[in-house]
Amino acid sequence: MIERTPVLNFATHAILIFGLVIILVPIWLAFVAATQTLQAVNSAPVEFWPGDQLLVNLAEAWALSDFGPKFVNTLIVATGVVIGKITLACITAFALVFFNFRGRVLIFWMIFITLMLPLEVRIVPTYAVAANALTPFQTIMDWTGISWLIKAVSGVEVALEWNLLNSYTGLILPLVATATGTFLYRQFFLTIPDELVEAARMDGAGPLRFLWDILIPLSKTNIAALATIMFVYAWNQYLWPLLVVTDRANYGMVVVQLSDLVPDQLTTGGGTPTWHLAMAATLVVMLPPIAIVILMQRWFIRGLINTDK
Amino acid sequence: MAEISIRNVTKTYGKTTIMQGVNLDIHNGEFVVILGPSGCGKSTLLRLIAGLEDITAGEVLIAGEVVNQLEPRERGCAMVFQNYALYPHMTVAENIGYALKVAGLPKVERQSRVEATAKSVGLTDFLDRKPGQLSGGQRQRVAMARAIIRSPKVFLFDEPLSNLDAQLRVQMRHEIRRIHNQIKATSVFVTHDQHEGMTLADRLVVMNKGTIEQVGSPAKIYDNPASIYVAGFIGSPAMNFLPGHISVALRGVVLESGRLVPLASQPNLPDGHLVHLGIRPEHATLVRAGAGTIDAQVDMIEELGASRLCNLLFEDIPICVLTEERPDLAAGATVGLDFPPQRIHLFDAVTGRRIPNDLALVFEKREQPISV
Ligand SMILES: Nc1ncnc2c1ncn2[C@@H]1O[C@H](COP(=O)(O)OP(=O)(O)O)[C@@H](O)[C@H]1O
Ligand SMILES: [Mg+2]
Repeated sequence: MIERTPVLNFATHAILIFGLVIILVPIWLAFVAATQTLQAVNSAPVEFWPGDQLLVNLAEAWALSDFGPKFVNTLIVATGVVIGKITLACITAFALVFFNFRGRVLIFWMIFITLMLPLEVRIVPTYAVAANALTPFQTIMDWTGISWLIKAVSGVEVALEWNLLNSYTGLILPLVATATGTFLYRQFFLTIPDELVEAARMDGAGPLRFLWDILIPLSKTNIAALATIMFVYAWNQYLWPLLVVTDRANYGMVVVQLSDLVPDQLTTGGGTPTWHLAMAATLVVMLPPIAIVILMQRWFIRGLINTDK
Repeated sequence: MAEISIRNVTKTYGKTTIMQGVNLDIHNGEFVVILGPSGCGKSTLLRLIAGLEDITAGEVLIAGEVVNQLEPRERGCAMVFQNYALYPHMTVAENIGYALKVAGLPKVERQSRVEATAKSVGLTDFLDRKPGQLSGGQRQRVAMARAIIRSPKVFLFDEPLSNLDAQLRVQMRHEIRRIHNQIKATSVFVTHDQHEGMTLADRLVVMNKGTIEQVGSPAKIYDNPASIYVAGFIGSPAMNFLPGHISVALRGVVLESGRLVPLASQPNLPDGHLVHLGIRPEHATLVRAGAGTIDAQVDMIEELGASRLCNLLFEDIPICVLTEERPDLAAGATVGLDFPPQRIHLFDAVTGRRIPNDLALVFEKREQPISV
């Protein structure tokens, strides 16, 4: 429905501007706080115009949080999650849409249902698995009596162990499964005309060839959209890195580091809260996701509304 | 030896049988058109040949080899689809050459073959474009080129012209036939358009509800339709049908109204056998009221330029007559209609099959070359 009346135009613009202000004011306040001295940021009333301490604060926050290596860590993890999610979602949707196998619908719905189970809900079992990724196999072997059999025959106690705590693998793997991505890909694959699939078959392309030569090039915009969303998602992860990484010096992630800078009773010990540093760090941490979104936005929007011309 | 043999092929989806015991031989180098209304199973038959569908029962042979278990790429068929099915992200050249690329041909050879093929269908200037930047006719050419470049044993066409406008359709039809005359590859062409079918075909296969009704040259099918269904489907405007029964004593068909239509010869049928009498619009002639076989009322006259389509009513049965004369007839006027006995077709009212009479003889004579 497209209507153009002056009143409606004015109203829609007013609503848009109102929304923009609601979003921008906190960011502006964070920016202003990041440019103040310790005294200024803690004095009432709240300053609304920037001071001159931005670079000083940035440098101090950067050093305090050891952001250099932490940015590298986060970049590795976020990239790993993005690549993992895209690959997994793509081949899952490929199997679901283009192959006719028993239980296809069931599997699709099972994946779909996991949309309702975000990491936060299943964090305890996920942690248990991360502590020893082979636990499920161990359990199966114990239940079926294979462990007992092996022990009886060889005298060796079967105790499988693969610890993922404090590793990139442990940070990445549990975040890789994605019902959203699978769903997005599936919806796109369903729009591919049957004739195109058949033309490729007539041209002699097998399934993998078809995936590589035709489906993936055609889903470029979807990949870009998914990558953008998932990068921001992975970058902002807090709970999982907090749990799975105890070796913060080597595997710390930026958002967890950032939370350390947020002043509370524990960190300031009753001293003056260092909001100027927390806000300076916030600005830094925000930058990569913003950069990615700006860089990808053209693709991103096309991928989400799913119209390639 | 037949290039393609379809032997007793049945196709079912779940519990619904959509093709039942189809037999067809297609000869080497022949252009066969499968003609039938939408939903009668033409595409399915083509896709069974191509290997895009599994055969439920029966056998398909290509060049003497049973191909039931072969993948499409192993059958040596190329297919042109209704909606072109071009790869939207590839250029015209990449589209045309994709099959060769998959087959692993070196790039240099591929390129020269793509160029030669593009030239043969007039696409040389468009090789770098994407399909989205081409007109419908050009896309159709790309689809053709993509099939031609593989030099397949068999060409399969699934209504490839139905998305083009009327003028372009005629043009592409000629082009397809010209290409066929050049490379003489066995071709199977599916269409629901009888003009397209009649003009392209060496041999026409008329399908109805998953079975083959009749196979033959377009002229033979036009002259001797094997059933009411074929008679009504082939020919435009469609054949007129009048119900009646055989009268041995009167040597003719007595219509439901009691009018007698004399026949050229006595069909070998019992007295009172129920039949449908068929006469093509172009074979009935208009005469003075009372002077013809029957009288009818004028309903409407349609001017076609070269000829006129007279829509008449005979006892509430619509009858269509095509005439090159310009009779001065007003709606509601009564005219006479003459049915030349040699032009009358008879069909069994129960089975719908053609009742043979000496028509066949008459028309075989007509098929002899005219000597001057
Ligand atoms: N995948 C399918 N599943 C079930 N029925 C199908 C399928 N494909 C085609 N049909 C049915 O088979 C019949 C013939 O289809 P088709 O060969 O496409 O007809 P045509 O090409 O002559 O229009 C139609 O009634 C159609 O509904
Ligand atoms: Mg069809």
